[in-house]
Amino acid sequence: MHPILLLVAQRLALGLLLIFAASILIFAGTSILPGDVAQSILGQSATPQALANLRAELGMDQPPVTRYFNWLGGVLQGDLGTALTNGRDIAESLSSRLGNTLFLAFWAAIIAVPLAIALGLIAVRYKDRWPDKVISAVTLTTISIPEFMIGYLLIFFLSIQLPQLIMSLEFLSDGVRGWLLANLRFSSVAMMNDSMSLVEKIKSITLPIMVLTLVVLAHMMRMTRAAILNVMQSAYIETAELKGLGMLRIIRTHAFPNAIAPIVNVVMLNLAYLVVGVVVIEVVFAYPGMGQYLVDHVSKRDVPVVQACGLIFATVYIGLNLVADIVSILTNPRLRHPK
Amino acid sequence: MTEPLLKVRGLRIGATIHPPGEKSRHIDIVHGVDFDLAPGRVLGLIGESGAGKSTIGLAAMAYGRGGVRITGGTVTLNGRDILSTPFRDVRRLRGGEVTYVSQSAAASFNPAKQIMEQVTEAAIFQGKFTRKEAEDRAIALFRKLGLPGPDTIGSRYPHQVSGGQLQRCMTALALCPQPDLVVFDEPTTALDVTTQIDVLAAIKEAIRDTGVAALYITHDLAVVAQVADDIMVLQQGRMVEMGTTDQIINAPKEDYTRALVSVRSITHDEKTPTQTPVLSVTDITARYSGTDFDVLKDITVDLHPGQTLAVVGESGSGKSTLARVITGLLPPSAGQITFAGRPLSPDLAARSKTDLRELQMIYQIADTAMNPRQTVGTIIGRPLEFYFGLRGAEKQRRIQELLDAIELGKGFQDRYPAELSGGQKQRVCIARALAAEPRLIICDEVTSALDPLVADGILKLLLSLQKSEDMAYLFITHDLATVRAIADSIAVMYQGRVLRYGPKSQALSPPFDDYTDLLLSSVPEMRLGWLEDVLDSRKMESGGN
Amino acid sequence: MRIPLAALIGLIFTALFFGAALFAPLIAPYGMAEIVGDVWEPPSDRFPLGTDSIGRDLLSRLVYGGQTTIFIATAATALSFVVGSVLGFFAAVSGGWIDQTLSRFIDLIMSIPTLIFALVVLSVTPTKIPILIVLMGLLDSTRVYRLARAVAVDITVMDYVEAARLRGEGTLWIIFRETLPNALSPLIAEMGLRFIFAVLFVSTLSFLGLGVQPPQADWGGIVKENKEGINYGIQAALYPAYAIALLCISINLVADWILGRTTSLKGGRG
Repeated sequence: MHPILLLVAQRLALGLLLIFAASILIFAGTSILPGDVAQSILGQSATPQALANLRAELGMDQPPVTRYFNWLGGVLQGDLGTALTNGRDIAESLSSRLGNTLFLAFWAAIIAVPLAIALGLIAVRYKDRWPDKVISAVTLTTISIPEFMIGYLLIFFLSIQLPQLIMSLEFLSDGVRGWLLANLRFSSVAMMNDSMSLVEKIKSITLPIMVLTLVVLAHMMRMTRAAILNVMQSAYIETAELKGLGMLRIIRTHAFPNAIAPIVNVVMLNLAYLVVGVVVIEVVFAYPGMGQYLVDHVSKRDVPVVQACGLIFATVYIGLNLVADIVSILTNPRLRHPK
Repeated sequence: MTEPLLKVRGLRIGATIHPPGEKSRHIDIVHGVDFDLAPGRVLGLIGESGAGKSTIGLAAMAYGRGGVRITGGTVTLNGRDILSTPFRDVRRLRGGEVTYVSQSAAASFNPAKQIMEQVTEAAIFQGKFTRKEAEDRAIALFRKLGLPGPDTIGSRYPHQVSGGQLQRCMTALALCPQPDLVVFDEPTTALDVTTQIDVLAAIKEAIRDTGVAALYITHDLAVVAQVADDIMVLQQGRMVEMGTTDQIINAPKEDYTRALVSVRSITHDEKTPTQTPVLSVTDITARYSGTDFDVLKDITVDLHPGQTLAVVGESGSGKSTLARVITGLLPPSAGQITFAGRPLSPDLAARSKTDLRELQMIYQIADTAMNPRQTVGTIIGRPLEFYFGLRGAEKQRRIQELLDAIELGKGFQDRYPAELSGGQKQRVCIARALAAEPRLIICDEVTSALDPLVADGILKLLLSLQKSEDMAYLFITHDLATVRAIADSIAVMYQGRVLRYGPKSQALSPPFDDYTDLLLSSVPEMRLGWLEDVLDSRKMESGGN
Repeated sequence: MRIPLAALIGLIFTALFFGAALFAPLIAPYGMAEIVGDVWEPPSDRFPLGTDSIGRDLLSRLVYGGQTTIFIATAATALSFVVGSVLGFFAAVSGGWIDQTLSRFIDLIMSIPTLIFALVVLSVTPTKIPILIVLMGLLDSTRVYRLARAVAVDITVMDYVEAARLRGEGTLWIIFRETLPNALSPLIAEMGLRFIFAVLFVSTLSFLGLGVQPPQADWGGIVKENKEGINYGIQAALYPAYAIALLCISINLVADWILGRTTSLKGGRG
């Protein structure tokens, strides 16, 4: 077997191990910490009898290790348990929400990734000149505001102020204004149901996509810039310049092959970040995804739901990081062509 | 006289530097340099660091590295002023008419592409040859440069060939487009001495056979004397002297050139061994944890009080590991060390304060050997405090004594290492070792990062201190000229073993083992024709066998 | 020493924010939870920024909110630094299995996104400020640990540290006299970034209703309380966003400057 395959297999095994360890950590985080779930659900006024009943129902009378393996056994068979608050099957409630969350993250990524790489390249091309400085100032600002606030800023300016602005533009004919209002309508609530067409769905989530794009764009662009600059400062780029090659050819044939791994790394890291950013954005736009579901049930102290959501988020996060690792192994010439 | 290929007039080069915490400012690197280079001739540019030699070399390609800009003068190549040529045309000349060989081929090759593609790229891109022609040329060049498997080496990736081979590939890369001029920028400096001679010979032959003109940049006069027709000596961006190689080497006119030529001519009379050695290393074997081979095998050497043992070897010979074993950083797996008549614990933690004090160490890179946040006074004062409990005025007096001993005057106490020159830094490191009043100092390549004249100063200082303080030195080096200058006895190391050990006069006289012979004969000598002599004699030997 | 303009502006604004937090009762025109007007009154002489969703003075809420947010962020950052850098230095100087065990454990914690981990834990713990601080501090200490360890490992392989070992110096001297002074600048710059992260993080938790609980004010909570107003064109929920952005940008400018000084001290070519 080619040594590189062995390395990839090793990395995959490590990823699985990490997910397993993360499941232990999540379970431990909800079980061993001083908080008493039964007490927090029923409140301070609960009778000892009611507490004992609930504890038994939750299986709290069993040792934690047994409970963990029961839970893990269920998870492996696709059984995520039932929600404490409404008694529904968690896996069932999650399936459509997970789809919605991935839908949102997917479209944000489709826009953010190419944009970030393009801006990163522009910043490198015009390093220390005004395009670079403008880009870096704008990204610095977006990094400095929490995601949910960017969400409300956009709602305020795009879905509230913009229509008013259009209305006040009296030099436009009614027809033009009507057209503008109809087409520049940004919904502050991201509705989502199965009867909507794809275009309707995307229209409905325009604002959340914009927010998520802004949020990851800044990080991704900064890191892309750094990664490309790092490659461009290598001695072999100077060699290429001294061969008289043009800038584009240098970037295409000499910089790009060496920049793939760091850029993929940046992209994956930010996609992982995006998946987490989704949690908050879903709350802002009342989007029926997994993040909103998770946050709701955290306040309701519905531990089985929290565990299930936590595990899924962690798995996606670890998975994306794993992809970055594997790409950097596969593109490393030293590993691809061993001595 | 034929029209020169390259004509440089009044070349001035500046750079913008950004010192930390200060405003960026402009400095001049080259202050008006003139020279001509005729077709097919080789001009050596020589000088110490900061002389501006690489900058001048790159200016011949109208290229400035980093913030470097050409601020004045003309550079005429093939009758055309390339500094006022539009950038598009400059690009056509780079990689076509003039090419470049850098010091570090390992960094200059793109790790993600095969060697052949990179060697032929410029020739094809500049439209000089078709792919087929360029590849045939490359293979012929690989063969001429003595690369193993010339037909197939092009399909390898840079990390798959050795450093010396890659440096030859870089030469092939430069020669492939059939340029008129090649700029060689310290092409052999990073190589071991036995590899250097082969690469040097290959470069020289390739230059001769292709009839290309070259600028050969180096700090090593002995090296450039082997390949150059003419030599220009530079100092801090100004020309000191220019002449034929013969004139520069044999009849230098300027003091600075004379100093460069006579560098490493320190002589040192060998002392005879005394009865009891200060350091005895017996049957030492050692390996790094996690590895499965011994980096040191059965090392046995003695060092006598007040004398110098030079441990010579190339990279990977184990000479620095020997220093780690003696200092206790790497406990050996077998063997023992006796120091000042008492057994020395293999583990650093178990050594007495006296052992620690009497055995000091000086490092190759003085920059990293001193804490950048401590002043010279603190650096030298700490051993005084730590070993002798000196405080206050007494400590200050002693620090001043030590500064005097290393020939640094007053006012150095409060400076930080970053404010010192390379030679001054190394002197402070010597003072720190001296402060402990040691019996033995391990000197690990202490002069190899320094310019030759500065290195000479350090060696002279070490010799005079040895006389006055009666210390022994264990001197680790790859440089045989240094060995000749200071050693009383010599141990030649190769692949973890001591191949040859004895008093200097014996160790350096025949009969030699093969490796020592190779090593000794590979050290460039400051005379014309040395390279040919060595190659001839090697050919004869191999013919005789 | 010359301070660049950007860093100077950053320093001034950072100082203003911390000053306002310290002297909140003196600056705020009204009490934190005092109902003094109508719902969402527009800005006026009485209420410079107007009133909030139940008629409290918004400027006062903002000033007290800043106090809470900055206090929690500062405390969490301090905790993460003490824990992270002590463990990081300890791992770097000890090496061997201690380093391995600690580092792998930190890797594991970092393999779960911080927000998700925090939500998981907050689902069973009471939402009290000390618990928030401990949780945020510990989760963030993983990042400090990585940096501190990396910086310390870089330094401990330096010849001057080896020279100190060969001299016979003890571990304490090596940590405090040789390592720490050289690790300080990158750590201080990182402290700025960690503080920003803590501000964003506590605001997010409060916005989600899992952080600071009403009636106590904090910037994230003010957004949550006033978010409905946005639909009526009322800016109340946006002021905290401006405050956070201004604070974070100021600290970023300072951190950038400190970091820039460090890299050039290390001999980087800029």
